[in-house]
Amino acid sequence: MKVSYYPGCSLEGTARDYEESIQAVCKELEIELQELPDWNCCGATAAHSLNHWAAISLSGRNLVIAEKMGEDVVVPCPLCFNRLKTAEKALLGVDKGQFQYTLHGKVKVWDMANFISQDGVLDIIESKVKKPLEGLKVVCYYGCMSSRPPKITDAKDCENPVSMDRILKCLGADVIPWSYKTDCCGASHVIARPDLVFKLVGKLYQKAAEVGAECFVVSCQMCQANLDMYQDKVASKLGTEIYFPIFYFTELIGLALGNPGVKTWLSRHFVDPLRLLKGKNLI
Amino acid sequence: MEQENIPTIKPEPEWMAQIESDRRLNISSCYQCRKCTNGCPVTFAMDIYPDQVIRLVQLGQRDRVLRCNTIWICAACETCTTRCPNDVDIAGIMDYLKERAIEAGVHVPEQKTYIFHSVFLNDVKRRGRVFEGRLMQSYMIKSGELWNKIKDGSIKEEISLGWTLFRKGRLRILPKGIKAKKEVRKILM
Repeated sequence: MKVSYYPGCSLEGTARDYEESIQAVCKELEIELQELPDWNCCGATAAHSLNHWAAISLSGRNLVIAEKMGEDVVVPCPLCFNRLKTAEKALLGVDKGQFQYTLHGKVKVWDMANFISQDGVLDIIESKVKKPLEGLKVVCYYGCMSSRPPKITDAKDCENPVSMDRILKCLGADVIPWSYKTDCCGASHVIARPDLVFKLVGKLYQKAAEVGAECFVVSCQMCQANLDMYQDKVASKLGTEIYFPIFYFTELIGLALGNPGVKTWLSRHFVDPLRLLKGKNLI
Repeated sequence: MEQENIPTIKPEPEWMAQIESDRRLNISSCYQCRKCTNGCPVTFAMDIYPDQVIRLVQLGQRDRVLRCNTIWICAACETCTTRCPNDVDIAGIMDYLKERAIEAGVHVPEQKTYIFHSVFLNDVKRRGRVFEGRLMQSYMIKSGELWNKIKDGSIKEEISLGWTLFRKGRLRILPKGIKAKKEVRKILM
């Protein structure tokens, strides 16, 4: 299966673990990722906050490249996905004449977790699982941008997304239902208003603990960073101990498929997942 | 309650009409059910609530709205926009109002947030993609956080965080630029 791939800026840097696990897992699943040539930043929160026209144009340029390539484009970062979808709707909508880029609506933009959770791909994963993640109690945490607003994302289940739940069940994990799948982590507020993020992630830890989860599974590098990098700090603020490894769903696919890169990816996390995985005889 | 103590305002609906035609943002349909405010995860940090922002726009209270911190505290999580029963894109209106606040030159109450967005776009302008290491340096200097953190000693935490990222292979040393820098720069002019 051949698709276009838009990694986004973070996956070239701080989210290297996500990128490495995506490359390894897609190779095993025979999904050929063709990186969009000369892609640019989607503009992220900064562009849509300060300059609507630029936000649509920055993401629009990438969509034009994707249409030239002719294949559906898969996007791992939910914020990039959301920005590309926003541009798609604007460039195909009634105000399309305001922008310098023209689209024809020929390729589909996919959130990567949704793409991987398709029946056909899950069948392949199931046939390749070597080490089922038995006994691993996970909550899937989706965050905001792959779901909301559904008018932009085309999500059918924006209040209760299930893509990662389906993937993790297929890997044999114990997927625990909870009500905070799509609550916000505060995202880029972590730079200028970390106090907001600490409050929001503190609540997520608390709610995950209440349902008996041992770790989070995420598809967003912003959610991963906010939940993983400041865990000690939030724990000391709350006056409690917190130990929640924060996995990318692709890392856990790699683990269940017996990929040799797993330890390297996980070594890039702040909260060490090996303690949990060794205790479950999964690594 | 003594009625004479309630301040009165003169509604000026022209502003709302202008916004609605300018960006196809629907504001007049809001009937103040407050579903937006009730689902908002960051109201605890806002000076006025999202439903109040919409009401003040309906009443044409431009100065009050452009000066509030709510539009900058909004995390753009899109919960309000998703759940609004009247199809009001509240998060989109927050973005529109941020643009107008900058244009009007009003004092932005969340300076650091505004500076972060600005240095982010400058970084994209420079090479077409964001280079996280450089972005954080620019932010720390321009926001004054570097000096604040040196003064209160918390710079140690920042250095430790950066060092851990580096040690774990997550900080690039050299940026990646794109070929079409000029095209991207033109978008951001």
